Order: sequence, then structure tokens, then C-alpha cells
Amino acid sequence: MSEKNTKKINISPSALYGWLGDRIFAVSVFVLGFIVIFTTLAMAISLYYEGSEAITKFGFWGFMTGEKWDAAITMEFGAWPFIVGTVSTSLGALALSFIPAIAIAVFTAEYAPHWLSHIIENLVNLIAAVPSVVIGIWGVFVFTPWIRDTVYIPVYMWSLENAPGLTPILGNPIGYGMMTATIILTIMIIPFTTALTVDAFRMVPKEQREAASALGATKWEVIRMAVIPYSRGGILAGTMLSLGRAIGETMAVAMLIGNKNTLPFTIFGPGSTMASVIVNEFREAVENIHLTSLMAVGFYLFLISLIVNLAAAYIQRKYAVTGGRAV
Amino acid sequence: MRSLRSRYARDNVMLGFIILNTVAVLIPLFIIIGYVIVQGFNYISLDLFTKELGSPTRNMMGEPTGLVHTIIGTAVVDIMAVLISIPFGIGAGVMLSEYPDHWANPILRVLNDTLNGMPAVLKGLLAFVLVVKPMGSFSGLSGGVALAFVMFPIIARATESALMNIPWSIREAGLAIGLPRWRVILSTIIPAAKVGLVTGFLIAFARAAGEAAPLVFTSFGNNYLPVKWTGWIFGPVDTLPQRLYNLAISPYEHWHGMGWAAAIILLVVIIASFAAARFFIRDKKQG
Repeated sequence: MSEKNTKKINISPSALYGWLGDRIFAVSVFVLGFIVIFTTLAMAISLYYEGSEAITKFGFWGFMTGEKWDAAITMEFGAWPFIVGTVSTSLGALALSFIPAIAIAVFTAEYAPHWLSHIIENLVNLIAAVPSVVIGIWGVFVFTPWIRDTVYIPVYMWSLENAPGLTPILGNPIGYGMMTATIILTIMIIPFTTALTVDAFRMVPKEQREAASALGATKWEVIRMAVIPYSRGGILAGTMLSLGRAIGETMAVAMLIGNKNTLPFTIFGPGSTMASVIVNEFREAVENIHLTSLMAVGFYLFLISLIVNLAAAYIQRKYAVTGGRAV
Repeated sequence: MRSLRSRYARDNVMLGFIILNTVAVLIPLFIIIGYVIVQGFNYISLDLFTKELGSPTRNMMGEPTGLVHTIIGTAVVDIMAVLISIPFGIGAGVMLSEYPDHWANPILRVLNDTLNGMPAVLKGLLAFVLVVKPMGSFSGLSGGVALAFVMFPIIARATESALMNIPWSIREAGLAIGLPRWRVILSTIIPAAKVGLVTGFLIAFARAAGEAAPLVFTSFGNNYLPVKWTGWIFGPVDTLPQRLYNLAISPYEHWHGMGWAAAIILLVVIIASFAAARFFIRDKKQG
């Protein structure tokens, strides 16, 4: 009787089920994880490798600062116009979006009653969900004609009569251009800043607000002195992530910026960004050096996004620690 | 110290400013959605779902044209992207949460987030280099791979946080009754976290379904239905976001209308998957 029982207990599962199964499972999980790691590395390596012909021909700095992009006659390529376009549209969008984005976050997290803040949050997330091409088609058929007729042309006409020195800076008011792209980018990145800012506001301890209120601060003073300084890390990180979005935004910009490849860019006039030039010219690139130059532009875009992303991660971590909360 | 009255005045001014900003941001949203819905419904027709697009002359000759090849192509490419990205996304997520002591985890976490933050157009270039160049032609498969690059960083992140929410004691309980580790993960942890996982997939899918930039030079686009079924995978395939872009920048009036119709189909798909994700999250909170 007792012998029987011991026998039953001693039955061990097969190796495939036990230690071997564990090994196989762990190894396959690690393989999948390492493939994710290698994908990111492959992106850097393949962009550099595919663009190396252009980078070696014009030099790393030479290609970056080269102002000529001529795929027809001289076959000279430089990424500078696109870097200027990317940096100016995304920084412009960041500047335009910053205050409205923070304002919405303040309203949803601090002022609005629960039901209203819920609705606004969902609506803001909805903007983030609208695909870039859909915003692009709206921009092409609705926004561009409207803003050209109501803003660009009147301003341009006014400057022709009153301030002729200003017209070269303003540029041709054809509708498609740097300003249009910047405004559309602003609409597209506001949700990202807002979402992270709201999260940061929600993490502010109640005591922090109550302490400020107890000192006699008005509602705005509580926000200004207790809430915003406490959550500056989240706000900064959200801003950096939005900047990353703006830098990488492709389709809406390609549809609205006008696609001009030569400097100087003007405020209303057409321009180009790194992402938009890749999308516009990649399918039509015939010459090898043109193709590798586009890949090289992609490599520089990779570097810029990498810097912005790492900066955002660094800020998030640094402020999370000094803010006294363990994330 | 300023007077109390001026401080209250400032309080009200700031409140007004904040409300003004909120309204100013929400207005463009309503305008965009409103235009897409109104314009899109004007151009939706039965032909759109049953006929292929063909060349521009086909419409000028009065023949019916539509986007059926685009709709099927989108489904094919998106399903391929889901199938490719789920193993990698879940694998990386499981590695991060279930094997927290692995030496490669910090690297994996940073690189996964980096990949997530990379512009989608670069993911398209990567798929071009890895798939299109060796295969020698634009293909639906390469489009699926490009969209998988968009999806799996999101899935990995969502999987990690969903699995982390399961208390460690549940794993210990499973191990204590003699289950091997893989059985604990597959039969208790993943089922317990499935709401979080499904939400992650849906959000990743919604992100990827709207991306046009990676598809322009991978699945490329096609005005016709493929001759054989293998054409969906190994030949150039049309997808909604990329077709929408081509229609919008085309010079034909009729194609612009089709662009609006494509926009509303795309928007409905994406909003539906986001709504489903929200629904699952709410379910979880109540349960």
C-alpha cells in the first residue's frame, strides 16, 4: 500500500515537459527578444551601409552641410536644405503647440469636472488616432485653400504695399509651404504633449496642492506654484516626444509643404523636410547616387530622432527620481 | 504682495485663457472629422467596394471604378503585419517581464523604445533593404514586414506592462505546485493578462493601419487586382493609406472624391479599433 503511493509521487514529468521545456521556452523567448534588438541595430547599420556611397563621396560633414540637391545635371547631393526644413518646421510646431497643449492639460486635470475631462481626453486622443494621410487630404482640399485666401494673400498684399522689405522673407503665398506644414504639425503633436502632461499632473500628490491652498493661494496660483513645477519633468519629456513625432511626421508634411529642394526657404513659400524628400523621390530615383543619397538622408534622420528619443528617456528618468516618486 | 482683487482677477483671466485654448484646439478636430464624414459619405458607393481602380481613362470613359483591390490589399498586408509582429512583440515582452534578470534586458528596453520612436518612413526603408532588395520586387510581404516594425515595439511595451501587473505571488503559486516555468507563463500569466495584451494589439494595429509612409516603397501600390492570388503576397499591393495619398495628389477630380471615401473607410477602421481598445480597458477596470 505505502509502496504504491511512493511510486505515484515519484513519477516525474518527462524532460520535454520539465527542465527541457523550460530551456526551450526560455531560449525561444530570448531569440525573439534578440531579434528585436537586432532590428533596431539593423536599421542603423543598413541605413548607413546603403547610404555609404553618398556619405563617402561627399564626406560625413560635407553631405550634411551640402546645400545642393541636384538629381538632374550635376548629381551633387547635400542634406542641408532638408535638415533646415525638418528642424524649422518641427521647432516651429513645438513652439506653437506648447502653450495650447499645456492649457488643455491644465483644464482637463485641474479645472474640468470628471465627466468633461473624460470627454476632452478622449477627443484629444482621437486627434492622435487620425492617420497622417487623412489630415493630409483635409489639408490639401480644405485647409490650404482657406488659409491661402484668408491669411497668406492678404498679408502678402499688405507687405507689398507697406513693407516691401518683408516680401522676400514671406515668400510666395501659394498655400503649400512651410507655414502650412508647421500649422498641421502643430495640430498633430498637441495630443502627445497633452497626454504626458496630464499624466504628470495626476501624479502630483494631493498634499502638494493642499499645502499651497492652505497658504491662501488662488486656484491659478496653486497650479502655477505647486503643480507645474512639480511636474516639469513629465512636461519636458512630453515635449521631447512630441518633437520626435514632428521630426518623423511624413505624409501630411509631404502633401502640404510644397516640396522645394533648394534653399532659401521662406515663411509662406514651399520647402522640404528629410522625411518628405525620402517619400517624394525614393520611387523615382533612377541614378544610384540619388538613391544612396536618399538613404543617407534617412541615416541623418535616424541620428536626429535617436538624439531626441534618448534625450526624452533621459529627462523622464532623471526627473522621475528627483521628483521623489519611484517609476 | 498684490491685492487680493488683482490676484482673483488674474485667476479668472488665466481660466479664460485656458478655456479659450482648449476650445481652439478642439475646433480643428471637429472640422477635420466633420469634413471627412460629410465628404466621405458623399462619395461612398457600391462600386467602391466591388470594382477595381484601373487607369484614369477608365473613369473618363464612364466605366465604374472602385477600390476593392485596395480594401482587400489592406486586409492582406495588415494581417501579415499582425502575424509577423505578434511573436516578436510577445517574445520581447515576456523576456522583459518574466526574465527580469537577463543581462540583455536594459539594452532590449532602450532599443525597443528607440525603435518605437523612430519615424515610420525609416521602418519602410529598413523593410526595403531587408525584403524588397533581396526579393527583387515590391511586394505585399515587404509591406507587412514594414508595418510589423511599426507594431511590435508597441506590442512589446504593452505586453511587458500587462504581465508586470500580475502579482509575482501567482507565479510562485504555480511553481510551488510543480508546474514548470513555461507552463506557468503560458497557462496562468498570459491568460490572466489577456485584456492588457488585446488592448496592446488593438492600439498597435490602429497605429500601423494608418501608416502610409512605410508602404510607399514596400507594397508600392497597384491599380488592378492581381492576376493570381500569390500576387497579394509577392506582387505590388494597394493599401488604403498609400492609395489615399496617391488619390489626393492626383490631378483627377473623380479620384479626389475617391480619396475622401478612402479616408472615411480608413478612419472608421482605426476609430473602431481604438474604441474596442477603450472598451477592453473599461471592462478591466470594472472587473
